[in-house]
Amino acid sequence: MNKEHLIEEMLRRSGANPKKCIKCGKCSGACPSYSEMEYHPHQFASMFVNGDVEPLLASDAVFKCMSCMACVERCPKGVAPGKLVEAIRLEIIRKQGQNHLKADHVPCMLDEDMPQQAIVSAFRKYSK
Amino acid sequence: MQRIGVFVCWCGSNIAGTVDVKAVAEALKSEPGVVFSTDYQYMCSQAGQDMIKEAVREHSLTGIVVCSCSPRMHEATFRKTAQAAGLNPYMVEIANIREQCSWVHKEMPIGTRKAIILGRAAVAKVNLNAPLTPGQSPVTKRALVIGGGIAGIQTALDIADAGFEVDIVEKKPTIGGKMAQLDKTFPTLDCAACILTPKMVDVAQHEKIRIFSYSEVTDVKGFVGNFNVTIKKNARFVKEDICTGCGACVEKCPQKKVPNEFNLGMDNRHAIYIPFAQAVPKVATIDPNACTMMKTGKCGLCARVCTAGAIDYTQKDEYIEEKYGAIVVATGFNPINLDKFDEFAYNQSKDVITSLEFERLTNAAGPTAGKLLRPSDGRHPHKIVFVQCVGSRCSACAEKGKEYCSKICCMYTAKHAMLVRDKYPDTEVYVFYIDVRTPGKSFDEFYRRAVEEYGVKYIKGMVGKVTPEGDVLKVQASDLIANKQINIDADLVVLAAAIEPDKSARGLATMLTASMDTNDFFTEAHPKLRPVESPTAGVFLSGACQGPKDIPETVSQAGAAASKVIGLLAKDKLLGNPCVAKSNELLCNGCSSCERVCPYGAITYADKEFRMPDRTLRIRRVAQVNPAVCQGCGACTVTCPSGAMDLNGFTNGQIMAEVDAICK
Repeated sequence: MNKEHLIEEMLRRSGANPKKCIKCGKCSGACPSYSEMEYHPHQFASMFVNGDVEPLLASDAVFKCMSCMACVERCPKGVAPGKLVEAIRLEIIRKQGQNHLKADHVPCMLDEDMPQQAIVSAFRKYSK
Repeated sequence: MQRIGVFVCWCGSNIAGTVDVKAVAEALKSEPGVVFSTDYQYMCSQAGQDMIKEAVREHSLTGIVVCSCSPRMHEATFRKTAQAAGLNPYMVEIANIREQCSWVHKEMPIGTRKAIILGRAAVAKVNLNAPLTPGQSPVTKRALVIGGGIAGIQTALDIADAGFEVDIVEKKPTIGGKMAQLDKTFPTLDCAACILTPKMVDVAQHEKIRIFSYSEVTDVKGFVGNFNVTIKKNARFVKEDICTGCGACVEKCPQKKVPNEFNLGMDNRHAIYIPFAQAVPKVATIDPNACTMMKTGKCGLCARVCTAGAIDYTQKDEYIEEKYGAIVVATGFNPINLDKFDEFAYNQSKDVITSLEFERLTNAAGPTAGKLLRPSDGRHPHKIVFVQCVGSRCSACAEKGKEYCSKICCMYTAKHAMLVRDKYPDTEVYVFYIDVRTPGKSFDEFYRRAVEEYGVKYIKGMVGKVTPEGDVLKVQASDLIANKQINIDADLVVLAAAIEPDKSARGLATMLTASMDTNDFFTEAHPKLRPVESPTAGVFLSGACQGPKDIPETVSQAGAAASKVIGLLAKDKLLGNPCVAKSNELLCNGCSSCERVCPYGAITYADKEFRMPDRTLRIRRVAQVNPAVCQGCGACTVTCPSGAMDLNGFTNGQIMAEVDAICK
C-alpha cells in the first residue's frame, strides 16, 4: 500500500478530518497521558495533513493513549485526534502476519466469566 | 412591433477574448424586431454610450439590447443612456455575455454560440417589454433608532445634528449599553465613561432627540419613508417627567438583595434603582418582581420620601404609535452563556469569570470600587490566567459556541493583562491564545506593549481544563511552542467569551422583514458596497447587530448609517422600483398563498365589487400589492395557483419568451 493510500484509508477508518485543525492545542491541554507520549494529540492532525505518518506508526505514543476521548470532546473544530489514534492502532494491529493473538494462545487465556463474544471480537480486532 | 438595436461589447479582451463579438452582432441582426446591430470595444465608455444614443435617433429604436457584463454592473448606466436618448429606461435589456459566458468558457466557438443564444433571449424579452414608470411616495422626516448603546447614540446624534428628529428606543432603564459597563478602552486606554457619558448627556439635551428608555418596539408596519411603529413603554412605576433622580428613594428602599444586572450580578441593588450614577435619563425604576410594596402592598417607603411625588405604584405599560421615514437597528451584542463549557469550571467557581465581569471588577464604579479582588474571598489574586477564544471559532460545538471569530477579544484581553500588570506588578499574568489577531490602527503595537513592556506571558496553546481545588484553580494547558503540557495554580481565570447578537434581534428582524444570517446577525445589502443598509428598503444597520465590532468601528458604522438615513430623509418624495408585482384581480381567486410567501408584507387582501357576466354584482376577495413595499422578488408569482400575479419587467410572458428563444 503506498503512503497516500495508507493515509486515505486511515482517515476513512477514523472518520476524522485533520484539515479542520486550527492548531489551538486544546486537545493537548486536555490530554491526561500527555507526558507519557512521544508525540502529542495536537501533532497528530498536522502529521496526517503533511503526510508524515511513519513516525506515528513506529512510535508507542498511540498505545499510551487511554482512549478517554477528552481531546475529541474538547476540540472546537471536530478534528477528533483520538479517532486518528484509534485508526493508527488498528493499522498496526491489523497488519497481516503480525497477529497479536494466535488460536493456540486462546485456551490458556479463557476464564469462565469471559463471554464468547469477547474472543470472537478479539480475533476480529487483533488478527486479520 | 419593436425596433430593437443590439450593441455587443468587447470589454477589451474580457469578452472578445473568448467570444467572436462580430459574429454575435451579425447573428442577432436577423432576430425578429432587430433593425440595427453593432459591436464596440467599450460600450460603457462615453463614446460607446454616444453610439447608442446616435443609433436610437438614426434608426428610431424603441428597444435596446446590450450584450455586455452583468446587469449588476452597468444596467443602470445603459438605462440612463436610453433615457437621455428619449427612451423609457425599462426598454433596455442586458445580455450577460461576460460573467456568465466569456469568463466561464475557454473556447471561442462555444463562447460565441452561447453569447448568441443569450442575446437572442434578451431580444425576445425586449419584444415584450413595456415602458414602466416608478411610483412616488412621501417621506416622514423622522428616524427611529432601536438600541441606545454607543452605536445608537452616535447614529441618533449624527441624524439629529443634520436637523432631523430622532427617537431612540432602549429596553434598559438607561442608554449607554455595553460601553457604559467597560472600564478602559483599547488601544488608547481612555476611560469608557469619560468619553461616553458626555455623548449620553448630548443625547438627553438635544432638542431633536427623544429617548424612550425601558421601552421596546412591538410592531412595525409600512414601508420605506412611511413606517408605522408601535412602541411599548414598560411601566417603571416612577413618573419620568417628575422624578429628579435625587436617589432618596433608593437610599431608603429596604429591599437591598436584588442582583445588580449592571454589575453582572456581582453585587446587589435595591428594588428601586438607578442603574449607575451617570444614567440617562436619570430616573429611578421600580423592579416589580423585587419590590415589597408591589408584591404585598406593605411598604411604600419610597413614595413617602419622594418629595417630588414621582412614585406611582399603579402605573401601566403604555403603547405609543409613531410614524418614521427610516429605521436604524442598533441592538448590539451580549457575551454567550458559558454554562455548557464545563472544562473551564465557570459554574463551579466564583473565581472563573468572563471578561465583561472583569471589566466591572476593575471599574472604579464596580462592585469592588476598582480594586482587583477575587469574587470568592475578596483576596488580591497573584496569578491570573486569561483564556482567549472561549466559544469563538468553535464549529464542532454549535450547541454551545459560535463558528465565527468574535474579533474584539484579542484586544481587550491584551488590555486587561496590561492593566493588571500596571496596577499590580506583583501579579503573574498568563494569556493562552490560538492566534493573536490585531488588525487595526495601533492594535499590534498595543499587544506588543503588553508583552514587551508589561511582561505579560503569552502562551501559544489552549487551556484543556480548569479544576477548582481548595482556594486555587488548577489550570492544565498546552504550550505548543515548547511542546509541553503545563500546569498553573491560578487565583483567577478570565474567559474571553464569544459574543452573539442580542436575543431581541430575531423578533425585531421578523417585524422589520430584515434578513439575518445563521448566527442572527443582520445581513447587509452588500457586504462591501452597502455595508450599513439592510436589503429591506429604509432599514439601516449600526454596530454589533451586523457583526462583531469594536468601538471605533461601531462609531464609524453609526456615522455611515446616519448619513444614509439623512440622505433618505432629505428627499421629499421617493421614487420606487417599478419592477414590482401586480395582481390581476379578475384572475385572483383569493387563496392568500401570495400573502403568506411575501417576505416584505407587501400583499394585502381587499373585498372588491365585480360586475359578473350576467350583470349582477359580486363581492370578491382579491390580492392587492403595495408597490412601495414590494421589492420585486417574484415569490408571489410562482406561488399563485391561478396565474394572477405577475412581475412588471419580468412578466411570465417575458420569461417564457426568453426560455423559448434559448431552446430554439
